[in-house]
Order: sequence, then C-alpha cells, then structure tokens
Amino acid sequence: MLHTLSIGELSRRLGDRQISSVELTRHFLARIERLNPALNALITLTAEEALRQAAAADLRLRQGVRNPLLGIPLIHKDIFCTDGIRTSCGSRMLDNFIAPYDATIVTKLKAAGTVMMGKANMDEFAMGSSNETSFYGPVKNPWDTAKVPGGSSGGSAAAAAARLAPFTTGTDTGGSIRQPAALTGVTGVKPTYGRVSRYGMIAFASSLDQAGVLARSAADAAIVLQAMAGFDPKDSTSVDAPVPNYSAALEAPLKGLKIGLLREFFDGLEARNSALIHEALKIYRSLGAETVEVSLPHLPMSVPTYYVVAPAECSSNLSRFDGVRFGYRCEAPKDLLDLYERSRGEGFGAEVKRRIMTGTYVLSAGYFDAYYLKAQKVRRLITDDFRAAFKRADLLIGPTTPTPAFDIGAKINDPVTMYLNDIYTIGANLAGLPAVSLPCGFIDGLPMGVQLIGPHFSEGALLNAAHMFQTQTDWHQRVPRGYE
Amino acid sequence: MSLTRQDVEKIARLARLSITEQEMPVYVTSLSSIVNFVDELSRAKIGAVEPMAHPLDGQHQRLRADLATESDNHEKYQANAPAVMAGLYVVPRVIE
Repeated sequence: MLHTLSIGELSRRLGDRQISSVELTRHFLARIERLNPALNALITLTAEEALRQAAAADLRLRQGVRNPLLGIPLIHKDIFCTDGIRTSCGSRMLDNFIAPYDATIVTKLKAAGTVMMGKANMDEFAMGSSNETSFYGPVKNPWDTAKVPGGSSGGSAAAAAARLAPFTTGTDTGGSIRQPAALTGVTGVKPTYGRVSRYGMIAFASSLDQAGVLARSAADAAIVLQAMAGFDPKDSTSVDAPVPNYSAALEAPLKGLKIGLLREFFDGLEARNSALIHEALKIYRSLGAETVEVSLPHLPMSVPTYYVVAPAECSSNLSRFDGVRFGYRCEAPKDLLDLYERSRGEGFGAEVKRRIMTGTYVLSAGYFDAYYLKAQKVRRLITDDFRAAFKRADLLIGPTTPTPAFDIGAKINDPVTMYLNDIYTIGANLAGLPAVSLPCGFIDGLPMGVQLIGPHFSEGALLNAAHMFQTQTDWHQRVPRGYE
Repeated sequence: MSLTRQDVEKIARLARLSITEQEMPVYVTSLSSIVNFVDELSRAKIGAVEPMAHPLDGQHQRLRADLATESDNHEKYQANAPAVMAGLYVVPRVIE
C-alpha cells in the first residue's frame, strides 16, 4: 500500500519507475476523497493542479532527474500563500483571497518536484490549540473523531496521521506543529527561528512564527526540512547560514550525548505522561546517552509571557486587514471608520478578535511598561535559562503536551485553560529554539509525544536523536483504525 | 484585575473592531480572565534586564541595494480588492 511507505521508499520506487507520480497522487487523492469527509482536514483540494504537477514530475523522472522529493505529494497548511490558489488562513476574512504569489517554502518545495494536493485546515490565523477556531469548522482527530487534533496545524496533523499525504507543512508560533503532532501520533519539527523563510507565510507573531514539517518519521522530516531550509533575502529575519545535510547525520551514534531532563516540566506532570517520558529516556540510555537534570527557573512564566508578546504582535500584524485592499468587506459601510470596524468585526472570528484586543490592551498607553516591556524582559530571562541549560546538556527532553487529545468543545469557551495546552512548547518559541515532537506511547488509546529541544541551529542533532529513537520504537508506525 | 464594559469598548475602538451586543459580555469576562492570568508577570521580580524583542540576538537589519525588484503587478494584486475603479481602491467618501 503506497500510503504506508516512507518518503525514501517512495522516492526509490519513483526513481526505479515502479510507480509514477500520477499513480501515487491518484492514490492519495482517492484516500482524501474517501477519508477526509470525516476529518475536515482540508480547506481547499487542488486535484487537477496536482495531477498536472505529477505529470510534470513524471516527465522529469523519465528524463533522469533524481531528487528525493520529486513526484512526492504534499498538503500545505493554508497559511502559506499559493499563487493563484485561495489562501484563507482559516478565516472568513480571507475566504475569497487568491494569493498573488507563492511563499518561499512553496517555491522551494515546488522546485524540489513536490505535488501539492491541497491546503490544510487550521485554527484561524494560527490562533488556537484545537483547530476549533477555523472558519471552515473543526478538524477531527483520526484516532477518535470526538477529539480535537490539536492546533493550530490541526489539518496538517490529521492529514499526516490519516495517511492522506506522505507529509504536510505547518507553522509553529507557540507549539502549533509540535502539539498537534503529539496529539495525532506524528513527528513534528519546529526549526530554529530564522532557519526557514517566513516570506509568504501569513504573519501572526513575527518574532515567534516559524515554518516546519509534519511527517511520519524523523527520516522523512529530514528530507523535507532539507528542501525548506535556507537563507531567503525576502525575509528580513532569515539567517544566512549553511544548511547541513540532515539525512546524512541521522544514524550518528548517540554515545555520550547529554540529555537534560527539564525539572520544571515534571512538576505536577500526570503520572502516566511522566512514565512515557521516562520510558523514552530509558531508550536513550540504552543508546548510550547520559541524562542530567537541568532547571529553567523562569520557565513557569513562559505562558503569561507568550500571551502578552504574541497578542501584541498579532494586533499589529492584523491591522493590515482593513476591508480596503483585500479580504472581507462589510455590506454598505456608512463611512470609512464603519468600513474598518465592521469589516474586521465580521471578518474575524471570536478568538482572533480576543487576541487582537489583548494585544491592543497590553500595548496601549499606561499598560505598555507593565505588560509588554515586562514580558520582553521575562522573555530574555527564559532565553538565558535555556542558554545556561545548554552548557550542561546537548538536548533537553520533556513532554510535548500535558494531556492527550481532549473532546471537541471541552475548552473552547475558556481561553486561559486552552492557552495552558501550550505550557511545554512555548519556551522554545520564546527563545527561538528548534524542537521536535515524537510519538512515544498512548494514554487511553490516544497518542502522546515526547519533545526534544536543542540549541539554535541544532536541527541535525535533533533529527539524529529523533531518528535513533525511532529505530528502537514503533510508536511512529502506529496507524489509527480505519486509516491503515 | 478585571475589565469593565467601558474598558472593552475602548479597546475595541482602538483595535477598530465592531463588537456586537451578544459578544460584549463574553469579551468582558474572557479578557478579564486573560489580563488576570498575564498579571502574573507583574508579580515577578525582575532586575535590570534588557527587553528582548527578537530571538536571535545580535542579528541586524540587512540592507540591500536600492534597486527595483518588483514589477508592476497592480492588476493582479487589485483583483483581490473588494472595490476598485480605474486602478484605485474605492472607499466611502472621506472628504465632504
């Protein structure tokens, strides 16, 4: 069955001409048609365009072109601009928005020969941890359709878990790749801030946003990240540093690797969750890694810090949606102010408005110092804690989420409870660090993730550690029932 | 600290967001709980710390040569606009 094969294996078969990209794409399109109605993982399907791209890939394959992603289908999170194709960001505001250009990662993955099958559902403007804030309705978790898939890259995660595509793209501002990856049993990689271009990725919080990948294994993710990463002059915060060969380093032995156990992550952690992380540590020890306990004393303040910094940046970024140049416009505005206020009031959903207002408040006169400036100072303290921890440990380990996937509707009316889902993931975003989430077991039949966090630009070491874990475990190969 | 209806009305005005009658009480409650939650920061004892605006310290804004890199795409871009006339964006009258 083609949907069970790794990207490496698919690539070999495409190269040997055992299968064609058109066949492979048809196979996944048929799965999408059959399985997606129960999941709602896609906002836009681009089947015709996909078959055209697949035919073009087949032509290149026949000409002898070889590239690990040539002819491999994918689904992009609908936050990435795709030239000529609706790019909604999960919002009514952009329901009619046809992107006039490609995001850099879309360009790069196109150049690598991938085939885009569609655009994945997501929390509106990437603001959410459950994929319930989407204008296009919630995404269901393939492990249990009464549960959320996590968010904001919930459609990307559900699609990868249900084997609707060999891999999907995502973005991570406070955990939006890692948290849904954990809750759906896939491998999620959030690269270092600046490693992957943000050009053409609709902005939420510009000092935190980073694009990444959701795949079924670290080895697959390494292939995809290789094609996505690298300097982009169109992104002012893109870092001009060479991209190492991620796949070549996957099998490096872990002997002597120092893994730091994050003490604050285990305070109050549910026993079954804690047991899974300790089980993962046992595997790392058997691979020759050593463990040290490390403390990040300011980490408990990461969630309040994030919920000042991210809304502040969001309120500024989303001021561009004015009902004038693109996006939703209200009916019969009586004057310009009415046009702005009603277009935004009607075009944005409840959570996006809540974040814009939170951000407006913390940036407003009289509150700026107490909230925004203070949060920026705590952000530095948290970053310094990580820096100190990396003097003692090569990588840090902890859970990705406090609990497995929760019921749809359970937390949507209580924003603070929802925000606390990101308690273990936000730190890496505040400090700009790369991190991965790997499937590490189940609680109540639902997948859980273990998180590894590394120093800036340590994606190679993270993928190596992730891959070695996956040579010893088969959690990443478990498939939800009905999607085998 | 809890926010009043007047506070939320003021914030919504600053943010250029119309909030309906039904939405208003929900925002008064939820924004108050968020402000209470982030108030944890005000209790934190922080000495002289430089605020951090960007996760990669020491990275400077790059400059480039002052050359045109974009061609004229206004028709393509304006195809997304709600109302355009003669290459101009149409809005309600602003000058009486």
